[in-house]
Amino acid sequence: MSTDTLMNNSTLKQLSEGLARGEYSSVELTEAYLKRIDSTDGDLNAFITVTADQARTQAAAADERRASGQAGPLTGVPIAHKDIFCTQGVRTSCGSKILDNFTAPYESTVTHKLQDAGMVMLGKTNLDEFAMGSSTESSFYGPTRNPWNTEVIPGGSSGGSAAAVASGQAPVATGTDTGGSIRQPAALCNLTGLKPTYGRVSRWGMIAYGSSLDQGGPIARTAEDAALLLNSMAGFDHKDSTSKDIAVPDYTADLDKPLDGLRIGLPKEYFGEGLNSDIAARVQAGVQELEKLGATVKEISLPRTRLSIPAYYIIAPAEASTNLSRFDGVRFGYRCENPTDLLDMYTRTRAEGFGEEVKRRIMVGTYALSAGYYDAYYNKAQQLRRLIKDDFQNAFAEVDVIAGPTTPSPAWKLGAKSNDPVAMYLEDIYTLSVNLAGLPGMSVPCGQVDGLPVGLQLIGNYFAEAQLLNVAHQYQQVTDWHQQTPAFG
Amino acid sequence: MEWETVIGLEVHVQLSTNTKIFSGASTRFGAAPNTQACGIDLGMPGTLPVFNENALRKAVSFGLAIDAEIGRHSAFDRKNYFYPDLPKGYQITQMDHPIVGKGQVEIMMDDGTTKTVGVTRAHLEEDAGKSLHEDFHGMTGIDLNRAGTPLLEIVSEPDIRSAKEAVAYLKKIHSIVTYIGVSDGNMAEGSMRCDANVSVRPKGQQEYGMRCEIKNVNSFRFVEKAINHEVERQIALIEDGGTVVQETRLYDSELDETRSMRSKEVANDYRYFPEPDLLPVEIDESYIEQVRSELPELPDAKRERFHSEYGLSEYDAAVLSSSQDMAHFFEVVARQTGEPKLSANWVMVELAAVLNKTNTPITESPVSATNLAQLIERITDNTISSKMAKTVFEAMVEGQGDPDSIIEAKGLKQVSDTGAIEAMIDDIIASNPDQVEQYRGGKDKLFGFFVGQVMKASKGQANPGVVNDMLKKKL
Repeated sequence: MSTDTLMNNSTLKQLSEGLARGEYSSVELTEAYLKRIDSTDGDLNAFITVTADQARTQAAAADERRASGQAGPLTGVPIAHKDIFCTQGVRTSCGSKILDNFTAPYESTVTHKLQDAGMVMLGKTNLDEFAMGSSTESSFYGPTRNPWNTEVIPGGSSGGSAAAVASGQAPVATGTDTGGSIRQPAALCNLTGLKPTYGRVSRWGMIAYGSSLDQGGPIARTAEDAALLLNSMAGFDHKDSTSKDIAVPDYTADLDKPLDGLRIGLPKEYFGEGLNSDIAARVQAGVQELEKLGATVKEISLPRTRLSIPAYYIIAPAEASTNLSRFDGVRFGYRCENPTDLLDMYTRTRAEGFGEEVKRRIMVGTYALSAGYYDAYYNKAQQLRRLIKDDFQNAFAEVDVIAGPTTPSPAWKLGAKSNDPVAMYLEDIYTLSVNLAGLPGMSVPCGQVDGLPVGLQLIGNYFAEAQLLNVAHQYQQVTDWHQQTPAFG
Repeated sequence: MEWETVIGLEVHVQLSTNTKIFSGASTRFGAAPNTQACGIDLGMPGTLPVFNENALRKAVSFGLAIDAEIGRHSAFDRKNYFYPDLPKGYQITQMDHPIVGKGQVEIMMDDGTTKTVGVTRAHLEEDAGKSLHEDFHGMTGIDLNRAGTPLLEIVSEPDIRSAKEAVAYLKKIHSIVTYIGVSDGNMAEGSMRCDANVSVRPKGQQEYGMRCEIKNVNSFRFVEKAINHEVERQIALIEDGGTVVQETRLYDSELDETRSMRSKEVANDYRYFPEPDLLPVEIDESYIEQVRSELPELPDAKRERFHSEYGLSEYDAAVLSSSQDMAHFFEVVARQTGEPKLSANWVMVELAAVLNKTNTPITESPVSATNLAQLIERITDNTISSKMAKTVFEAMVEGQGDPDSIIEAKGLKQVSDTGAIEAMIDDIIASNPDQVEQYRGGKDKLFGFFVGQVMKASKGQANPGVVNDMLKKKL
């Protein structure tokens, strides 16, 4: 089998086995993916930076490592990283003009661990500027297109990573999820995406958007691939005080466990007004598959689901407004030309360096934290956040896993919601509360609506990633939605 | 009208940790600009703070030293403002849950009276960098070596009533932090900086007057001058029919005046909110007890001990215990000589004069404690007179050696040999018959004349006690 035909639908697992059997080298594999990127990215714009030379060097090193008997399951497999993870010596733009010239002198923990595992970085993928968005349209580097239909958005903010994997430009990719930014693009591009428990994956070197919500995770074709990636991504990091010092299990160990007796809860709030009826049907069908596998299903209630939108759109912008204060033109990044004084430098640097959505969220967040408004907004939002957590804990007293749709609608046309930020925010209704509660959540492909993929969301209790991956893997043993690939390219 | 001054102080103490409060970069003073600032200190994207446990330990140590409540659940907040020497655009500090709660310190004035000043709170925060306005052709240079240096901000109650009390309070804080080793207290290097909130009110009035904050007064002397100046300004303003506006003022030590920096109406809204990158700091009783067990004897306890154990006056005990180094020096001398009062005098008068004149810390004293003790021993064993001792001391300061060798070399040994003195006295009585007669006739005052003659004959080396006794007998 040639590497060319392999790539479009090969899983990480298959590539790992192919490399182990010597069917191809990492160098050959890497060349094949680079070629695919070269031939398709003009249409997709999934990558901001392609690191071809570095990838070849890493691939050669991976082959040597394999020759010396030191290869692990990820060694020699190519990967694409969301351009929010700092990579030493390679530009990290975060999709923003303000970091267009920024190259970090340090490596994020996530990319470092994957590099240590022997993975080959193909490049840095496109994203909504500073991960603020659900469509990957707000990037300084232009929008990314969905390989299932290049007229529609791939979701966001990890849209570049999702488009790259869906189009066969990369077998797997990293993403980050602050309010759904892994799960939603995974759903809209027919991929398996996992947002781990807050604190499971180190945030060191991951450019902050909403620090109390941000979490890195894998975007892959299958739950098994996601488990393999998470094995290397997860773990305590003394450089991130919010990472948890809890042992990392082998996430592949429980994949084959039968689902007998698994209790699944369907939140009635996730199936109400606003949900596309075809998506509702696809999700219900997916849940029935899980029932056939031995799970029991009951309706539950997460009464504060609707409140997750206002809570999130206060807390995330509040944190973002101060996280982004460091982009001031003083030490790194963009600085406006010929500043006349300090204030002029600050205002023009930031006015010229940030895009519209980022400015909108900085302003919202600044307002929410202002004297006289703090109690009405930020404090209220934090109270809601506690109530939302309580809702989930009440639910997990009755069920093991919560299931529902990842998104209320399939991918929309580029530009369709660009002038209506609130309409865009409403698309995050089913994903936001998971971040507010700090829980792990997944999206797995569960069918198509009008030729566009949609996702089944699975939500677990804290540090129940292995259980989520088990459910997703079992589901993928009896369905083939995840194996379907776009006609693109 | 009689006016009362009300002062509250905010003292920023740099904690003497090896590394910064949230990064592993060195805190050493005086390095080349920007050589001690890592990615975290520079606010590089994606970097995260990690709290330095040593800073916590030092803060708790201070809290225990002022008998304060220790915050079992303290937490960090972000204080947001833009400034080029504040790399992240926010300072990590503690707003609602400081590590140290209410405590108090006792201060002693020059006249020996004491007073208790309340401490409202003390919290941990990171220092900013420095903006350098000279030598950059009209531009501003930024040095971020200081950024992230741990600070303990100690906020007093408005209990202070004069500039002198303010200085006494500052000195006491200085004494405590250096005693317990949480700061080097080096004010010239900015290890201790002070903002003063000053207001005046008619004596007897309950409500406080409108206050002004004087920023960054960084020496004991300037604190006193700045406050006195500000008090005069406010009184003059009110007496001329004006009102004090709440504002921040800067003290100019060259012009000896304060001037307005910014009024509070246009003050920054710092948009404080909980720092999401750091977990709340939880400490338990055993941690606190462990820190307590490592505390050295504190200034107040030492002062009390000096008073009771050595019989020193309260004032002398307070002066000698104000710095650990001085207290240690004194104790070495006192223990060796067994003469605490005499030792206290020598340390506080003769030695202090020399050290003050040359601005030398006692740790670098030109006269060691054991040498000073030896000198005092030579007084008490009558080898030399107190007057001679001063000559020997001067030679010691000049580095001429230990007391015994100086006494030997200069031939200053006191003559107590009664035979030699008797011979001199006989000589003097024989050659001054008139005076002998007048003395014996009742002119007692002439006794001094005879003593003088003997001392002159002995070139000052005769033991005055022996001379006195023997003269009385012979006359």
